[in-house]
Amino acid sequence: MTDKIFKQLLFVLSLIVLFITAGMIYSLVSGSLPALREFGIFHFISSSEWDPKAENYGALPFIVGTLLTSFLALLISLPFSLSIALFTGEYYKNSRFSRIISSFVNLLSGVPSIVYGLWGFYSIRPIIINMGISSNGLGILTSSIVLAIMIIPYASSLSSEFLGMVPANLKEASYSLGSTRLEMIRNVMIPYASSGVTASYILALGRALGETMAVTMLIGNTNNLPSSLIATGNSMASIIANQFGEADGLKLSSLIAIALLLMLITAFINLIGKLIIRRFQ
Amino acid sequence: MVCVLSSIIAIPLFSIVWKVVSKGYKQISLEFFTQNIPNSWEASLALKSGNIIPGGIAPGITGSLFMVAIASLMAIPLGITIGVYLCENPNNKYASIVRFISDLLQGVPSIVIGLITYSWVVTTLKSYSALAASVALTIMMLPMIIRSTEETLKMLPNSLKESALALGASRIKTTYYVIIPSAFSGIFTGILLSVSRVIGETAPLLLTSLGSSSINWNIFSPTSSIPTLIWDFYNDPNLLNMVWSSSLILLTIVFVLNYIAKTVSQSRNN
Repeated sequence: MTDKIFKQLLFVLSLIVLFITAGMIYSLVSGSLPALREFGIFHFISSSEWDPKAENYGALPFIVGTLLTSFLALLISLPFSLSIALFTGEYYKNSRFSRIISSFVNLLSGVPSIVYGLWGFYSIRPIIINMGISSNGLGILTSSIVLAIMIIPYASSLSSEFLGMVPANLKEASYSLGSTRLEMIRNVMIPYASSGVTASYILALGRALGETMAVTMLIGNTNNLPSSLIATGNSMASIIANQFGEADGLKLSSLIAIALLLMLITAFINLIGKLIIRRFQ
Repeated sequence: MVCVLSSIIAIPLFSIVWKVVSKGYKQISLEFFTQNIPNSWEASLALKSGNIIPGGIAPGITGSLFMVAIASLMAIPLGITIGVYLCENPNNKYASIVRFISDLLQGVPSIVIGLITYSWVVTTLKSYSALAASVALTIMMLPMIIRSTEETLKMLPNSLKESALALGASRIKTTYYVIIPSAFSGIFTGILLSVSRVIGETAPLLLTSLGSSSINWNIFSPTSSIPTLIWDFYNDPNLLNMVWSSSLILLTIVFVLNYIAKTVSQSRNN
């Protein structure tokens, strides 16, 4: 008898996860309806005006800011995370050295994002200013660099797992046909693990899209469409973080609409990544 | 070349640690852990006379511990139980939906979770509160605990559960007295990792618990936490020096938690 109750209890508790997610979507949608009704969805996504006085809000600069910083971060992190993945997944697979690199990477993944933002502001920003790239050191480029460092651990540990899954007989067959290690990696490992590695990078992109604090501190906080890599701007997460405090009415609704967009984009990217992994397995 | 590119990863790590330690150690003292947050005026006086800023981050430390503890109280039992459910029903269509939604939840940006909790709890209670922050942190911790519980339980041999049931134990007893203790180290690792992730989160806390100037144990009022204090110090030019010491504390807590988690999981593998 108690067994039956227990089973039902487990079932009911698992509903909580569904309720939380459904409630989240409901709250986001209902909160953003005023703004979306006022501006129309299409206009909201494509307008670059963010004018509190005229009560005219458009999300385009922030969408561009988020996508630009995240994709750029992915690009910058690619050589490093791929190297680490190859390093720990193939080259020195079970050696002490790779364990050291893995622990470094794990430590990096544990650093809170606000500490990354501080470090970026006080260490990376002077470098950017000294190199003469930009006068105030903030902007898309700086935040992308720090964002890249933040997603390297995530991307490299996932791809390292996939590279490690390449069956040994495949690798040995390649060697027996006379290939060098590099040739084996290029012609056997990477094609075999390509979908898994791609999925890892897509998931890392998903992580980068939602990153708030580090980007807020480094992106310059201006509400314009970024015109170049060294321009300042805002991302969807950072505009919410910055302007949420005194927002109400239509402004609050616009911020919630931006949050809804952010959640949809992130969920979409994560979904694609997970689907690729599932197909790979 | 792969070697070089991989080793470069050490540079940011050491740079971050060096920066935080070298700039932060000056403010660390017993008072740092026990006193209240300095206000801007005292800090500017101290700066002018070249002394270290008086005061400490006691409200932040207690606030962080308080909110994370409440979040853990809510998330751990729930997460473990849901993990058990998912492991017991690997092929059930409904269970795969729950698994999928749990993964979805994990990918939601922390600021969106903060925003949602704001509209659920803060608007209802009409004030920022530690409860709101704990709810947000619970939502963030749940997917991780669910997943790590399920993965750990999957690795347990089936015979364990079957022999307990064969001896006549009820399902509840089997779960909570046999299976979970055996899986304890794996589940514990998952809990530690989710706590270490959540203790450093700033965005949801900014939107739900705001911050207060003194130690607060009331679950219905605004509470400070270490990340929100770091953010406040960052925005105040007089309190800038406190930023590094607070980050040092935060970084130490996170690293220690990660180290314990790693040791526990390694001893399990041995």
